[in-house]
Amino acid sequence: MSALAGPAEPARPAEPAGPAAAESGVDRSPLRRRRRQRALLQLAAVAITLFMAAPIYLITLAAFSSRQALNEYPKSVLPTDVSTETLRGFLSSAGIVPSFLNSVAVGLLAVLLSIGLGAPAGYAIARYAFRGRDAYQIVLLITRALPVVVLSIPLAELFISWQLYDTVLGIALMHTALALPTTVLISASVFVSVPRDVEEAALIFGATPLAAFRRVVLPIARPGIAASAIFTFVLSWNEVLGAAILALRNRTLPAQVLGSLSNSPLAYRFAGGFALVVPSLVFIFVMRRYLLNMWGTTIR
Amino acid sequence: MSSAAGRPGRLRLPTPYLLLIPSALTLAALFGWPMVQGVLAAFRHDGGFSLDNVHRMVSDQRFGSAVRNTLLLIAVVVPLQFVLALAMALLLQARPKFSGLYFYLWAVPLAISDLAAGLVWLSILDDQGYLNSVLHRLGLGDGYSWLSYQHGSTMFLAVVVAEVWRATALVLVILVAGMQVIPRDYDEAAAVFGATFWQRLRYVTLPLLKPSLQVALILRTILAFQTFAVARALTGDNYPLLVGETYQWYLDLQNPGVASAIALLILAISIFTASIYLRALRQPDAIREAR
Repeated sequence: MSALAGPAEPARPAEPAGPAAAESGVDRSPLRRRRRQRALLQLAAVAITLFMAAPIYLITLAAFSSRQALNEYPKSVLPTDVSTETLRGFLSSAGIVPSFLNSVAVGLLAVLLSIGLGAPAGYAIARYAFRGRDAYQIVLLITRALPVVVLSIPLAELFISWQLYDTVLGIALMHTALALPTTVLISASVFVSVPRDVEEAALIFGATPLAAFRRVVLPIARPGIAASAIFTFVLSWNEVLGAAILALRNRTLPAQVLGSLSNSPLAYRFAGGFALVVPSLVFIFVMRRYLLNMWGTTIR
Repeated sequence: MSSAAGRPGRLRLPTPYLLLIPSALTLAALFGWPMVQGVLAAFRHDGGFSLDNVHRMVSDQRFGSAVRNTLLLIAVVVPLQFVLALAMALLLQARPKFSGLYFYLWAVPLAISDLAAGLVWLSILDDQGYLNSVLHRLGLGDGYSWLSYQHGSTMFLAVVVAEVWRATALVLVILVAGMQVIPRDYDEAAAVFGATFWQRLRYVTLPLLKPSLQVALILRTILAFQTFAVARALTGDNYPLLVGETYQWYLDLQNPGVASAIALLILAISIFTASIYLRALRQPDAIREAR
């Protein structure tokens, strides 16, 4: 550092030139105005960031406070009393660990099902011109706009007769239905971006359509498909109403937390909120390059 | 689109239909069929057609306030989110330092559920929460019950703040994506000719952003009808919303009929909005081609 300070030294003699230049008639006010604007811009950005990030910091703080610190008033907004007591208490409450495992299982199943069922349709929409293609896309858009609540009550009755009520598979099927339209539309946009030429080249060199797809298209499309998988997992992880209606004992984590809201202490709710928020931080971080594609584009 | 249509001859087998069938069947079984059943269940009572469920729905004393709260929440939250998201998108557009980091942090609530958002804000707005703690330390007020049912307006505000915090990110991402495809030349040209910031926003950016605005508006409105866990986490059942009422009727009162009737009402509103959604989507195509 001190070595770097050396070269700055010669700049000093130049300083008196500053006011002299201003006197020589160069109008510096636009520059100053620009600098002020930049500062205001930063200020606004920081203010919005505070609004967005502070709640996450505070729920983290609450989840890592001891029970005693949570009962204190006024609470400290600095991490003075970090403890895992609250989180441990939450994890050891009845049904939390199983519901966490259920959430993961439901999410993974929904990802597998929605991609297995949806990606082929996305490929068809991207690559073939056929009667009913636009109509199918419109159907997909409509289904995406329909509320879960309409779906879950009749599905509950249906699943009871199929013996799928209160099972991981049942909830996963409902989440698949919710994620499928988006998966089809996203994978269609992913496949459209794979150059047709490389696929045709593979076909010309004698690959079967399936081999051309597997060895040429899929490697290029994989990141986009992975992003759509994470999208489905996030949807499944966050979906609470349907999961609460379709299961009583085998609930997912959000359904379990929702179901026990009214008769649980605040510490439980804060720890639950934190447990639900943490994965989303990871998801968004992993997805940061795809955010605009996933949530931004709505139809192509 | 046109490139696919412009290649007749190749690939005219029923292959596309084979590829579509799995997803179409799944949607029919898990979307179409339940939907029909849901409509029927709303009008069925003791085995026959009846409007009993609808009567019970309407005569429930919480129904009126649930409708009112839902509509009021949407009317307040959605415009707020648009103003905020537009400001945020314009800020990012100006490329301040760390804009990448800002975008990441602002987008984080995208993946946060409304239940989690409710619990997060509960830690702040609870009687002994962080907001009251800070106010107390600053000597401002002594423990106001923001979420008490006696204070209807702050209870409403709490739900609004939590929803704005959680769901503005969706609007932001759609608007940022829309702004990226607008050529910067227009804005720069307007600036060269001396247009002020507000003039450029009013006459250049907003008209070009219209397709994204429409999509975001309708998507956000439809999703806003499904809000309920925020209110439940923050206020228990003191702030009834339509979807929350379905939950209540189905799980707590064990009455699938009335629950279906409310669900049908939400469906009707959603279809109404979705039809606008579709009409709005016709426009982006035309605009995209014009570009």
